[in-house]
Amino acid sequence: MGRFILPLGVFVVLVGFLAVGLRLNPREVPSVLIDKPAAAFTVPQLEDPSLTFAPEEMKGKVWLFNVWASWCVSCRQEHPLLVQLARGGEVPIIGLDYKDERAAALAWLRDWGNPYTLSAVDANGRVGMDYGVYGVPETYLIDKEGIIRYKQIGPLTPQVIQEVILPKVRELNG
Amino acid sequence: MKTLMAGLALALLMAATTGHAREAVPSAADPAIEARMKDLTQDLRCLVCQNQTLADSDADLAKDFRREIRTMMQEGRTDAEIVDFLVDRYGDFVLYRPPFKGITMLLWIGPAVLLLGGALALIVTLRRRRAATTAAPSPDELERARKLLEEDNRA
Repeated sequence: MGRFILPLGVFVVLVGFLAVGLRLNPREVPSVLIDKPAAAFTVPQLEDPSLTFAPEEMKGKVWLFNVWASWCVSCRQEHPLLVQLARGGEVPIIGLDYKDERAAALAWLRDWGNPYTLSAVDANGRVGMDYGVYGVPETYLIDKEGIIRYKQIGPLTPQVIQEVILPKVRELNG
Repeated sequence: MKTLMAGLALALLMAATTGHAREAVPSAADPAIEARMKDLTQDLRCLVCQNQTLADSDADLAKDFRREIRTMMQEGRTDAEIVDFLVDRYGDFVLYRPPFKGITMLLWIGPAVLLLGGALALIVTLRRRRAATTAAPSPDELERARKLLEEDNRA
C-alpha cells in the first residue's frame, strides 16, 4: 500500500494545478501599470472636437477612466451600470472612445445614455497603448495624484462596482 | 450565352483575387526596417490572439503595434528600447522568451525539475526491481525447489 502514496501524491498535486489552471481566465493579463502614474496625453473631446482633454485636468480627484467604443459588444452590457454609477455621483467617469467613428459614437451615447463627464477621442489607439489596453471595455481607477490604482479588464459587473470600485473610491477619497 | 457567363464569372473571380492580393502587400517604405520589424515581432506575443506572434497576427491591435514599432524604428530607436516600451505597458507576457527572474523561475526551471524527478524515480524503481530479482534464494526456497525437481524426476 505504501508504494502508492508517492504517485498518488504527485497525481493529486497535478490535478490541483490543472483545476486552478482551468479556472483562470487566460484573457486576463494582470496589468503592470497598477500603482504607476497614468500616462499623459492630450486629445480632442468627442462632443466638441475643438476642446481637448488631458488627464492632468483630473488632478485632485479620484476618477474612473473607461475605455469604450460603439462597435464594442460587451460595452453595451456594462453601459447601464455606468449610467447608474454616474447618477450616484460618487465618482466622475471619463470615457476614452477607442478607435471609433465620431458619428457612431455620438449616436451610441444618444441612444443608451451618456454616463461620461466627457469622452476623449483615441482615434488610432495610441492612447490605449500607453494604458496597456488590449480589449474593450477596460476601466481604470485613478487617484488624486494621477496614479492608477485598479484596472478592470472586460465589462464591469454590479459585484465589481459594489465590492471593489466603490470601496476603493471611498478609501482613496478618505 | 454560357461562355459569356463563364467569362464574366472568371473576370469577377480574378478581380476579387487581385483585390485581395493588393491588401496583403505590407506598406514597406523601407525594406531594411520592414525586415528588422519582422525579426523583432516574431518574438513578441499578440495579446488578442495569445498564441500568435505580433508578426503573424491579423488582429487590429497587432497592426497598431506593428505601425508603432515601425515608427519607433524610423525614429532610430533600438530593438531593446522598443521591447522595453512594450514590456512597460503590457508586462513580460508579451515576450515569448520571458526574462529569468523570481516570478518566472518556475517557468524556466519547472520542466527540468520534472524531468530530473522522473529520471530519478525511474532509476530508483529499476534498481529496486533488479535487487528484488537477483536476491539469493533463502534455504527454505532452495529446499522447496529441490523437492519439486525430485517430484519431476520421479514422474
